[in-house]
Amino acid sequence: MIAPNLASKLPDEQRIVITGIGLTAPNGNDWQSFRQALLEKRSGVQPYEIRYFGETLAGICDFDDKKYQSKKDIRRGTRAGSVGVYTANEAIAHSGLDWENVDKSRVGIYVGVTEHGNVETENEIFVIKGFDYDTSCWSHHHNPRTVANNPAGEIALNLGITGPHYTIGAACAAGNAGIIQGAQMLRLGECDVAIAGGTSESIHTFGIFASFNSQNALATHADPASASRPFDKKRNGIVVAEGGCLYTLERFSDAKARGAQIYGELVGYAMNTDATDFVLPNPERQAQCVQMALDKAGLEADQIDILSTHATGTMSGDSQECKALRSVFGESSNVRINNTKSYIGHAMGAAGALELAGNLAAFSDGVVHPTINVDELDPDCDLPGLVLNEPEERPRINYILNNSFGMLGINSVVIIGRI
Amino acid sequence: MTPAEIRDEIIDILEDISPDEDLDGLDDQKPFRDQLELDSMDFLDIVMELRKRHRVQIPEEDYGNLASMHSTVTYLEPKMKDI
Repeated sequence: MIAPNLASKLPDEQRIVITGIGLTAPNGNDWQSFRQALLEKRSGVQPYEIRYFGETLAGICDFDDKKYQSKKDIRRGTRAGSVGVYTANEAIAHSGLDWENVDKSRVGIYVGVTEHGNVETENEIFVIKGFDYDTSCWSHHHNPRTVANNPAGEIALNLGITGPHYTIGAACAAGNAGIIQGAQMLRLGECDVAIAGGTSESIHTFGIFASFNSQNALATHADPASASRPFDKKRNGIVVAEGGCLYTLERFSDAKARGAQIYGELVGYAMNTDATDFVLPNPERQAQCVQMALDKAGLEADQIDILSTHATGTMSGDSQECKALRSVFGESSNVRINNTKSYIGHAMGAAGALELAGNLAAFSDGVVHPTINVDELDPDCDLPGLVLNEPEERPRINYILNNSFGMLGINSVVIIGRI
Repeated sequence: MTPAEIRDEIIDILEDISPDEDLDGLDDQKPFRDQLELDSMDFLDIVMELRKRHRVQIPEEDYGNLASMHSTVTYLEPKMKDI
């Protein structure tokens, strides 16, 4: 018997469920292979080189971009668009929707992004540098590539979706924010199917590496697979990753009516703002965000079975999140805590959605994948329930809480329940 | 550049712009649009590539000359003969 939550008391038309998962991560190009990589503790971090910045490390995806796009569409569009097109097509295929007969005007696309347009702008500046900055050589493709809705708009073009499409700019809280937006639009009746989550093309902008490096927040390590090490005493920063994860979201009533396989229900969520600093997190506001999500779900902290942390591998960020979690979860004996960035790095706008997907399979396989690369646990991060370096089997997993926080003090939390 | 060289250059540009298309059977007398999936952004790509590669400027009022391979080569011949 699943412990009751407030969402389960809502009419079926107001309950939001996940019926499809499409993703690309640095260590897997579909939900199953991603899950397998996490259970086998396989990292997706590799050596990487980018113009101006030089050699570094990154989480790099190797999905087949031509599976759903022509070469011409890839050339014309953006990497974020290609990630979006791939993951949206996979999410729809995975949902089992009779796509040909779905009313495309009733489908909405809600894609969380940390940033968009930096890659394309840097590329154009690089090109015109070769022409002594003659702006007549600046591409006419620049504007359609850099408009903020591009990653969602390319999905709409590819799939003939005529409902609303837009991105949700929410720094590294964006993956959760995309899911929340999709759920809200379903509840409002603005669409019948929501393609929602997050994408990131961030490894293709040198600026993100250079900026983290100037902030002393870019990870370095002789072994790429060991570079992303949240909670470890010797963590030294972020590994930037690309990726994407989009979900097919539907109302429970619609999913039930078509006999869809359901992978989880959004039982709680919250977003709030620190309003204290451009980059430094605020554990009090983070804790408040987690508590708001628990309250919305009508759950006690101890009812959460898996807590998927945001921790990125920075000294301050990880310990501050742990401080926030300590204040909410106290000595909870039930919760198990993990971190997926330790495998793939920080997939920015995709991070929250991907990290949730990595954990969702635990509803069926009953395993909590560990945080890897913790050789010496930082005492500041020593929370009860941390699953470190080895997977842990649990008798039954009913609720997963997923944290995702970002710059300018944006916090997002979603809670998914087994259904 | 000779007309044949200009034609080769346009083919090279089209291969970049339309990488999914087979250009082997292109009929030089027929409009590009009757044979290839080209839209206005693609024609701007042709203009841009000529500007970048050869500093050839094509004013907007002349875009109509880029309708077919034959008309394009004919139009470009005086502009590119000294390249």
